[in-house]
Amino acid sequence: MIELLDVHKRFLHNVVLDGVSLDVKDGETVALLGPSGVGKSVTLKMINGLLRPDSGDVIVDGLHVPRLKRKELAELRSKIGYVFQYGALFDSMTVAENIRLGITDETCYNDESYCSNRVLECLRLVNLAADVSDKYPAELSGGMKKRVGIARAIAGKPTYLLYDEPTSGLDPVNADVIDGLIERLRDELGVTSVVVSHDVRGSFRVADRVALLWQAKIRAVGKAEEILASKDPAVQQFLERDLEMALVQGGGGARGTDV
Amino acid sequence: MANGAELTLSPLRLVARSSLRSFDHVGRFSILLADMFRGLAEWRIWIPRTLEQATAVGYGSLFIVLLVAGFAGAVTSLQTGYQFTGALPLYYAGAVISESMILELGPVLTALILAGRIGARYAAELGTMRVTEQIDALESLGRSPVSHLLIPRVVAGLLVVPALTMFANATGIVVGYLTAKGSLGLTYADFEYGARYFFRPLDLWYSLIKSYCFAAAVTTIPCYLGFNTQQGAEGVGRSTTTAVVAASVAILMLDALTTKLLLGAK
Repeated sequence: MIELLDVHKRFLHNVVLDGVSLDVKDGETVALLGPSGVGKSVTLKMINGLLRPDSGDVIVDGLHVPRLKRKELAELRSKIGYVFQYGALFDSMTVAENIRLGITDETCYNDESYCSNRVLECLRLVNLAADVSDKYPAELSGGMKKRVGIARAIAGKPTYLLYDEPTSGLDPVNADVIDGLIERLRDELGVTSVVVSHDVRGSFRVADRVALLWQAKIRAVGKAEEILASKDPAVQQFLERDLEMALVQGGGGARGTDV
Repeated sequence: MANGAELTLSPLRLVARSSLRSFDHVGRFSILLADMFRGLAEWRIWIPRTLEQATAVGYGSLFIVLLVAGFAGAVTSLQTGYQFTGALPLYYAGAVISESMILELGPVLTALILAGRIGARYAAELGTMRVTEQIDALESLGRSPVSHLLIPRVVAGLLVVPALTMFANATGIVVGYLTAKGSLGLTYADFEYGARYFFRPLDLWYSLIKSYCFAAAVTTIPCYLGFNTQQGAEGVGRSTTTAVVAASVAILMLDALTTKLLLGAK
């Protein structure tokens, strides 16, 4: 389970999070929605201890993340897969080496045959061909990089998966592929996931619950239909803006009207 | 009045702010060094990567280091001829060339070249990794960026810089001798006599100790600056420039310090 309890964070004079509380139950997928620069990625980085809150607490797997020592934090991180916005793949390594680095168990990591099998298994899970494994990140398209990033995140068989804008910068077709992938991983691996996004339709598709982060606070939390039915002007404004954006991009109404 | 007070205060505020920033850098630099010492225990991770780094920066820098050392030896030889011919015995040229190369030109020029080559490379590589979240990715995988990225680079520098310095010393002396032979008609016997007459074993140790100090500056400062890069591509550019300047200044300061400490008592 992931819990954020009254979390505050500021960078110099910029208040990013102002008393944010949120819980994600075991096996659940929660999408954290909000406009750009509202602190969604900061929230995600606090969950795996890349950033510390100024006050408040973050509890993951029963552990108080801000209070963990270096070694304890490394152990906790081995249970958390993190998918970065732009993949964050290591340029000097092949796809296979990148994915292998995600195998956090040292015994498994040092076992060549286990690693090569696991790399191929992860590539299959993210719908990539085995011959991609010898390529370098520079030779991949944006969508493929994202999928390799996901493959690396799941290589260590994590209990938790954190996705930072998994569909940003992708065309609607590729975004749909990634959303489908997140859904499939949720169903096949049964991991607890947090998906940070500003894409309403994709979030509604993959998440059990959706939270809207607005002006440094959680403005609404609930199932897709509850969020859609919300009378909160901020929620309505955000949903309308997403709809307009989608229409401008030709995405057909927030990438579809099937929510 | 208020404006006047602000004007009076602003230089003070400026000094206070830059002092605080300096303390902040010193503190974070010290913490990073402590992390590196702690990370040495993870030798299985950093040793293979150190060899890769040492090969890359060593081979890559060898030609330019030898080229510069050769020119330094030649110029020292020509200037010695210009200043001393007729005033001092010719064998003095052997002493001036070899001692200049070993004591000063070899270590300092090598370090300054490597501040540009290795320093810029390290700061740009780590800075890019920071802004593209590759360092965050390593941390998120429960792996230490210090053991994976910093220690291999610093240890590679500590292996490579002294070795390159010794090559530079030798090249400078050989080219210096050949130049003196051509321009002054200095014989090998005279050159060797002069070189041996003023040589002390401490000179070579001094050269080696200096090169280790410079290696530490050339590697740790750019690693620190690259590792703490912020604000995208512009930040990478800033870190790289700052790294080269800071490492070069540190080399010159360490040059003065080591000279005072090691040769000052003589």
